[in-house]
Amino acid sequence: MQQLSTNQRALVLSFLLLVGGLFLWEAAIPAQKAASELTEYEKLTGAGAPKAGVPPPSQVLVKAWEQLSDPFYDAGPNDKGIGIQVAYSLYRVLTGYFLAALIAIPVGFLIGMSPVAYKALNPFIQVLRPISPLAWMPLALFIIQDSNASAIFVIFICSIWPMLINTAFGVAGVRKDWINVARTHELGPVKTALTVILPAAAPTIVTGMRISIGIAWLVIVAAEMLVGGTGIGYYVWNEWNNLDLTSVIFSILVIGVVGMALDAAFGAVQRAVAYAE
Amino acid sequence: MAHSFLSIENLTQRFASGKGEDLTVFEDASFGIEKGEFVCILGHSGCGKSTIMNILAGLAEPTSGVVLMDGKEVSGPSLDRGVVFQNYSLMPWLSALKNVTFAVAARYPRWSKAKVVEHSTQYLAMVGLQGDAIHRKPAQLSGGMRQRVSIARAFANHPKLLLLDEPFGALDALTRGTIQDELLKIWGGTEQTVFMITHDVDEAILLADRILLMTNGPYARVAESVEITIPRPRKREEIIEHPNYYLIRNHLLHFLGTRSKVLSGQRTGQGSNRPQTIRLDRMEETATESEDPAQATSLRAVNE
Ligand SMILES: Nc1ncnc2c1ncn2[C@@H]1O[C@H](COP(=O)(O)OP(=O)(O)OP(=O)(O)O)[C@@H](O)[C@H]1O
Ligand SMILES: [Mg+2]
Repeated sequence: MQQLSTNQRALVLSFLLLVGGLFLWEAAIPAQKAASELTEYEKLTGAGAPKAGVPPPSQVLVKAWEQLSDPFYDAGPNDKGIGIQVAYSLYRVLTGYFLAALIAIPVGFLIGMSPVAYKALNPFIQVLRPISPLAWMPLALFIIQDSNASAIFVIFICSIWPMLINTAFGVAGVRKDWINVARTHELGPVKTALTVILPAAAPTIVTGMRISIGIAWLVIVAAEMLVGGTGIGYYVWNEWNNLDLTSVIFSILVIGVVGMALDAAFGAVQRAVAYAE
Repeated sequence: MAHSFLSIENLTQRFASGKGEDLTVFEDASFGIEKGEFVCILGHSGCGKSTIMNILAGLAEPTSGVVLMDGKEVSGPSLDRGVVFQNYSLMPWLSALKNVTFAVAARYPRWSKAKVVEHSTQYLAMVGLQGDAIHRKPAQLSGGMRQRVSIARAFANHPKLLLLDEPFGALDALTRGTIQDELLKIWGGTEQTVFMITHDVDEAILLADRILLMTNGPYARVAESVEITIPRPRKREEIIEHPNYYLIRNHLLHFLGTRSKVLSGQRTGQGSNRPQTIRLDRMEETATESEDPAQATSLRAVNE
């Protein structure tokens, strides 16, 4: 073991944890079933039926194989492949997210460059930012009258704040020296913004974008549970209603993996724009 | 003096110090610099040299007073005034070469990309940066290399006025010598005017036509303007043999060691505050100053 690098040792440990965890889970299932069989009430309500029990990992793996071998099948409104559901969620997240970026980054730039704008807008941002994005849902549904657009709006509203605040913070914190270099070279305001302020603030801005995409992916599940129809959030809720816990656990894992992929993509962008002073 | 290429009239700089009284860095400073002149300014740390330079560059507004260049008021930065900043101020996300091409492209917007790169590479080579080093980011360069990139960036743009804030501070003696020679070569071949801050007395004597001496702050003054009466071209090894060399050197050290303190805080009140011109020349035997600085025994080195 001593000859292995830190990464290799971590990999081995991760693998052991996975196997150990799955084994414990698998082993814990029969005991649980036996315990629930005893309650009279559960028998009466039917909750003790075999399908309602927490499924063992082996069953989840079979389900995953089933779903992933045909992710894009479409058999009516309540029976679509996991790939289609994830695609719907990603479409909503990315639409809301990019609309938010389109507004947050330029506005953040202006706020960051102007101390007056910073001070004037700060109270609004401070009040609006802590509002749970789902609290906007009823208002959105009433005004927009479209469940899909309302979900996109909720994503928009939750991703705008970290990007706005980080952009403003990054732009305001650009070193005066670099601005002075731009000034001594007679760069105009647009050129200065693009060639000096943007690259200087990029690491902070991208950090904000990374936080936003993470929040957006958290929120979409809850939003889709509310608005229904399509999407991974709706899928989880629908399978719960079907008491298909195997599918619920499988979709939870899918949510995690997609979220990780989104985060990794922004992590790569972050590394690309990073610089050492 | 009002007809000088660069004329500084009654410059005053105050900073609000948070509580109570403002910090007056200098007050009513007035001096002129002729076209093509090479002027160094010496003074202790914190006396306001960089502050004056920022005002000359147009980056900072003085509390009062004006700076005129070619008869026009300096009201903002311009490509005619190139600056080598005390802390280099390189863009850390750009390679050494890109830091220079960035400046050259701003100065010569009509040049082709290839020409900009060629010109920039040439100036980087002039300060001794070649090959792989010019493609590295500032964080991967040594302090001295960074300083040289910043020098190349300013020199490559051929500004009418070069403002240098301790441009050679981070360099070893050998590189420093080479770049001093390059600076003299660039300056000698053009109509450029140079205003340079330094802490190195010998460097100032080697390079300058005139050395301005500043008293300590607050209320610092540009008290003296010392002419360097050593003919050009000057060679590092030869000037120390010149009869005027130690005369001038001792005068400067005496000023920095003692008189910068004694004279500091003396407010001369309103009106012109021009530096006293000092001309020390063994050849003429009529030094305008009666005091013999060679006898000042308790000299203190200011450049550790
Ligand atoms: N923006 C500012 N606000 C307040 N005080 C300032 C500001 N800039 C400079 N000062 C003060 O002005 C004085 C002169 O500073 P300056 O940087 O010009 O010194 P310097 O002569 O260049 O020193 P050094 O040789 O160490 O570079 C210092 O006392 C400094 O604290
Ligand atoms: Mg300074």
